[in-house]
Amino acid sequence: MRPAFEKPSLLQRMIPLFRGFDGPLLLAVLILAALGLTTMYSAGFDHGTRFVDHARNMLLAAGILFVVAQIPPQRLMALAVPLYALGVALLVATALIGITKKGATRWLDLGVVIQPSEILKIAMPLMLAWWFQRREGQVRALDFIVALLILAVPVGLIVQQPDLGTAILVLAAGLFVIFFAGLPWKLIAPVVAVAVIAIAVLVLSGDAICQPDVKWPMLRDYQKNRVCTLLDPTTDPLGKGFHIIQGMIAIGSGGITGKGFHIIQGMIAIGSGGVWGKGFMQGTQTHLEFIPERTTDFIFAAFSEEFGLLGVMALLIGFTVLILRGLWIAAAAPSVFSRLLAGALSLGFFTYAFVNMGMVSGILPVVGIPLPFVSYGGTAMVTLGVALGMLMSIARSRSLMRR
Amino acid sequence: VTEIRNVEQELSRFHARLVAATAFVLLCFGLLGYRLVHLQIVKHDELSVQAENNRISVVPIVPNRGLIVDRNGVVLANNYSAYTLEIMPARVQDLESTISQLAEVIDIQTRDRKRFKRLMDESKNFESLPIRTKLTDEEVARFTAQRYRFPGVDVKARLFRNYPLGDVGSHLLGYIGRINQAEKEVIDELEDAANYRGTEYIGKLGIEQSYESDLHGTTGFEEVETSASGRAVRRLRSNPATPGNTVVLSIDIRLQALVETLFGDRRGALVAIDPRNGEVLAFVSKPTFDPNLFVDGIDSESWKELNESPDKPLLNRALRGTYPPGSTYKPFMAMAALNSNKRSPSVLINDTGSFTFGGHRYGSPENERGGIMDMRRAIVESSNVYFYTLANEMGVDLIHDQLSPFGFGRKTGIDVQGEVTGLLPSTEWKRRAYKKPEQKKWYAGETISLGIGQGYNSFTMLQMATAMATLSSAGKRYEPRLVRQIDDVLTGAQRKISAQALEPVELKPEQVDVIREAMNGVTIAGTSARVFAGAGYQSGGKTGTAQAVGLKQNEKYSAHRVDEHLRDHALYIAFAPLADPQIAVAVIVENAGWGAAAAAPIARRLFDFMLLGRVPSEEDIAATKSGTSAAPIGQPRNVQDLVLPGSGSAPSAAAAMIGAASAPATSLAAAPMAVSGGASLVSANAAAETPDNRALRR
Repeated sequence: MRPAFEKPSLLQRMIPLFRGFDGPLLLAVLILAALGLTTMYSAGFDHGTRFVDHARNMLLAAGILFVVAQIPPQRLMALAVPLYALGVALLVATALIGITKKGATRWLDLGVVIQPSEILKIAMPLMLAWWFQRREGQVRALDFIVALLILAVPVGLIVQQPDLGTAILVLAAGLFVIFFAGLPWKLIAPVVAVAVIAIAVLVLSGDAICQPDVKWPMLRDYQKNRVCTLLDPTTDPLGKGFHIIQGMIAIGSGGITGKGFHIIQGMIAIGSGGVWGKGFMQGTQTHLEFIPERTTDFIFAAFSEEFGLLGVMALLIGFTVLILRGLWIAAAAPSVFSRLLAGALSLGFFTYAFVNMGMVSGILPVVGIPLPFVSYGGTAMVTLGVALGMLMSIARSRSLMRR
Repeated sequence: VTEIRNVEQELSRFHARLVAATAFVLLCFGLLGYRLVHLQIVKHDELSVQAENNRISVVPIVPNRGLIVDRNGVVLANNYSAYTLEIMPARVQDLESTISQLAEVIDIQTRDRKRFKRLMDESKNFESLPIRTKLTDEEVARFTAQRYRFPGVDVKARLFRNYPLGDVGSHLLGYIGRINQAEKEVIDELEDAANYRGTEYIGKLGIEQSYESDLHGTTGFEEVETSASGRAVRRLRSNPATPGNTVVLSIDIRLQALVETLFGDRRGALVAIDPRNGEVLAFVSKPTFDPNLFVDGIDSESWKELNESPDKPLLNRALRGTYPPGSTYKPFMAMAALNSNKRSPSVLINDTGSFTFGGHRYGSPENERGGIMDMRRAIVESSNVYFYTLANEMGVDLIHDQLSPFGFGRKTGIDVQGEVTGLLPSTEWKRRAYKKPEQKKWYAGETISLGIGQGYNSFTMLQMATAMATLSSAGKRYEPRLVRQIDDVLTGAQRKISAQALEPVELKPEQVDVIREAMNGVTIAGTSARVFAGAGYQSGGKTGTAQAVGLKQNEKYSAHRVDEHLRDHALYIAFAPLADPQIAVAVIVENAGWGAAAAAPIARRLFDFMLLGRVPSEEDIAATKSGTSAAPIGQPRNVQDLVLPGSGSAPSAAAAMIGAASAPATSLAAAPMAVSGGASLVSANAAAETPDNRALRR
C-alpha cells in the first residue's frame, strides 16, 4: 500500500504513453510491416544492405509513430498553418533556387538536400482539416473555393517541378479532406463524369492521340508517353527485342524511357507467380533482374511473383483493414479536424497502395509512387510513420477522453 | 441553435461520406483483385512461358575445328585456346575512352586498335569483338581485378587456329578468318545456317575453305539462365558440339617442306601427282606466307608487306599461275602426232637450226646441235625445228583436239577453289576471244610456235602435272585430290576420298612407250642427263625454257642482259619410275633461265626422296637453292633426319585452366569446348603442342 503522495515511479509515468493505441490498426500495421520486411529480404537480396536498411527505416518510422501519437490532435492543429506555410515557402524556394536532376527541379539544398513536396503530403490534409475546423457549422460555398485555392497553390508548384506522382498524392490528400468536409455531390459528379469520359476517350482513341506530333494540354511529353505506354505497352520504342536487354542499364536507373518494359516485365512477374507463387527467394523475374526498380516502385511485382495470388490477397486484406480501420477512427473522432484528418490520411494510404499496385499490374499509368511498408525508401517511411502517428493520436484522443 | 444543428448535419453527412469512401475503396481493391486474378490465373500459363523465355537463353557451343594432317599424320592445322579481351560495343558508352582506360591496365597497341576498328566496321553492333588476343595469365588477373570499371568488357576463352609448321604448304592449307558480310549471306541461305550460330571463323582459302563443311563440325547448344543484363547465371541443359572431322591430306608434308626449301628464295611452283590414283603428293607455290598471320585478323603492315611484295607471295602459282610450257610441251606434241597418225616415230626431219614459214624465221637456242631428227632424238635433244614442222603439219585445231583430253586449257577439278583455266588455243577460241574481225582470224604462222610450247599456250603447273600423269600412265585421268581421307574423331570412322576417275584418253601403249622411252633418253643422254646421273632408278623427263616476255622477230635472247623479272622461266616435267610410274611432276622456277639447271635438280631430289627415301645433304640443298647443282652432292640423309620447321607461335593457355580461373560466364563457354573434343583429337592436339608449350613457358 503506497502513500498517496508518493511520486509515481518511472514505470508508472511511462504507462500512459502506451495507453489508448488502436489494436486493429496496430495489427494491420504489424502485418504489413512483416510482409514488407519479408519481401525486401528477397527482392533486395542482391542489393547488399537493402534489407537491413529497410528494417532500420521501419524502426525509425515506428519511433516517429510512437512520438507523434503522443501529440494530442489540438496540438497537431496548431502545427497546421506553420507547417503549410513552411512547405509552400520551401516549394517557392525550390522553384527559384532548387537543384535540377534529370530535368526535374525537386530538391533544395539547405545544408542537407530536402524534397519540400514531401512535407505537403502531411501539411496539406492538416491545413485543410484546420480550415474546415475553423468553419465548423458554417461551411459555405466560398469556403470550398478557399480550400481549393489552399490546395491548388502547392499542387501547381509540384506539377511544375515536374513531379506527377507527388502532385497526385498531395492533390488526393487535399481532395479527400474537401470531400469529407461535405463538398456537394452535384459538384463531385461532373468531375467524376469528366474523368470517366477522359479515360474512355484515351482507351478508345489511344492510337490517334498517341501519335508523336500530338501535344497534350497540361502534360509533358514523358507524362503523355507514360499514359500511351499503358494503353499499348508494345508501342514503347524500347519495348521490343534485343534493345530491351541492352538498354536495361539506362532503364534501371530510373530513366523515363522504356516504361513499357517496366509494365510488361512487372505483369510477367505477377502472372508467372500464379496462385501459389514461385516461393520465397525463388522469383526468376526478381532475382535475374528482369523487374526494374524491384526494391522500390516495382517491388509489388517481386512480391506477387514469389507469393502468388494468396500473398497478394493477404497484402490487399492488410491494406483494406488498415484503411477501413482508419475510416472507422475518423467516424469516431471527436472533432471536425480529427475526423477530416483521419479520413484523409486513411484514403491517402489507399491512394498509395492502389496507385502503386494498379501501376505494377498494368491498369494505371506508371507514376513514381511507392508501396507503403514494402517499397524501399527512408523519406516515404518517415512520412508513413508521421501519418500513422497522427491517425493513432486521433484514435487515442477519443479513447483517453472516454476514460 | 442553427450552428448546433449544422454541426449535427455535418456529422451525419460525414458519416455518409465515410460509407461512400469505404465503398470506393472496396470497389477499387475489388478491381485490383480482379486484375490480379486475371493475371495470375487466366494469363498465368502465357506469362509463365514469357518468364521462362526471359530467363533461359540458348547459347550455341562452337565446335572444335577439325585438324588437318598430312598423309603420315603430321599435324598441319590445329587449335589452341587462349584468353581474349573482348568489348561489346553496344554496351559501352564511350568506346574511345574505354579503350584508353583499358590500355592503362593491359597493353594495347595501335595495331590492336586499328584491327578492332576494322572488326567493328565489318560486324554487327552487338557482337563481342576482341581488342586483344592471347592475354597472358598475368594480364587476365590484372583485368579481372579492374573489371568493375569496364562494363561491356570481358575476358573470354576462345579457340584459335594454329598452323604449327608456319609457312610450309600455306597455299594449299589456306587459312581461316572472320566471317565477312558476303560469306554471312551465303551461310544464311544454306540449310545449315543454324550450324553457324556462334561461329566466327570460316575457311578463306585452300583446304580450309574447300573442306569447310567437314572441318567445321556440328554446333552444340546449351540452355543458360541469364539475367536481364545478359549475364549467364547457371547452365540448365546442354547438348555438346560435335568437333569437326580430321582432314587427311595426300600431301607428304616432309616432301613439301623439302621442295619449298630447295626453291630457296626463287619464285615458282611444283605439283607432284601419283598417276595411279590422282593423289597430289606435293603442291608448292613459292614464295609462301605464314597463315597464322591471318587467323585473328592480319594487321595492316603485314598485309601491306604481303600484298605489295613484287614476289606476290599471296599468289598460288601452282593453282593460278599460268605459263607457257616451253619445250616441256614437246612430248605431248609428239604423243598427239602419234595418236593422230600425223607423223610416225621414224619420220626424219632435218633440223637446220631454223624454220621459215610465210617469210618469218623461227629459230632455235644457240646451243642446239641440229642434224637429222627422228622423234626420239627430237625429244632427247629438244629440236625446235622438228616440232615447228610438226605443228605446221597438224594445224592448231588438231593439236587442240588431241591435247585437250590431257587437261590442257581445262580446269582439273582439284579440291581447292580458285583454279584457273589456262589457255589451249584453237581457231574457235580465237574467234570467240577477240572482237575485231582481223583478230578473230587464226593465222597459220601462229601455229608454228605452238609446237614448242610458246605462242598462245598458257597452262598451270597443276595442268602440266596432270597431263604428265595421264601421259605416263598411258591415258589414265583423275581429278587431282589433295585430301585422301576424312576421319570422324568421335566414331573413328574413316571416309576415303578417292580422286574421281575421268574417262581415260585412248592411247596405244606402244606409242606411249615411244614417248616414255624418249623422255627417259632425256635423263640419260639429253638435257637433264647431268642432273640424273647416278640415280638409282629410271625416270623420264623433259626440260623446258619458257619466255617470260615475247621476243620480237629475230631478236636474240641473252639471259644475263635482261632484267631478272624478264628472264626465261625454267621448267621441268618428269615421271618415275620408268616402268611403273608412281610420280608425275611439273616444276617451274620463275626467271631462272635454263630448265635443266634450275628446275630439273628439284625434280631429281623429289624422286630421290620418294623412291629412295633420301634427303639431300646441306651443301647440296644450298647448291640447289642457288641453281648451281646437278646430280646430288655430299652424303644423302634419311627421311627421318629432315627437321620440319615449327611455328612456335602457339601460346599455352589450356582450356582446363580457363574453366577454373575465370568468371562463370566464361567458364560456361569454355567448358563445353574442352569436353567436346574427342579423345583422339585432344591427344593429337597435345602431341603437336608440346614443343610450343615448352618454348613459351621458358
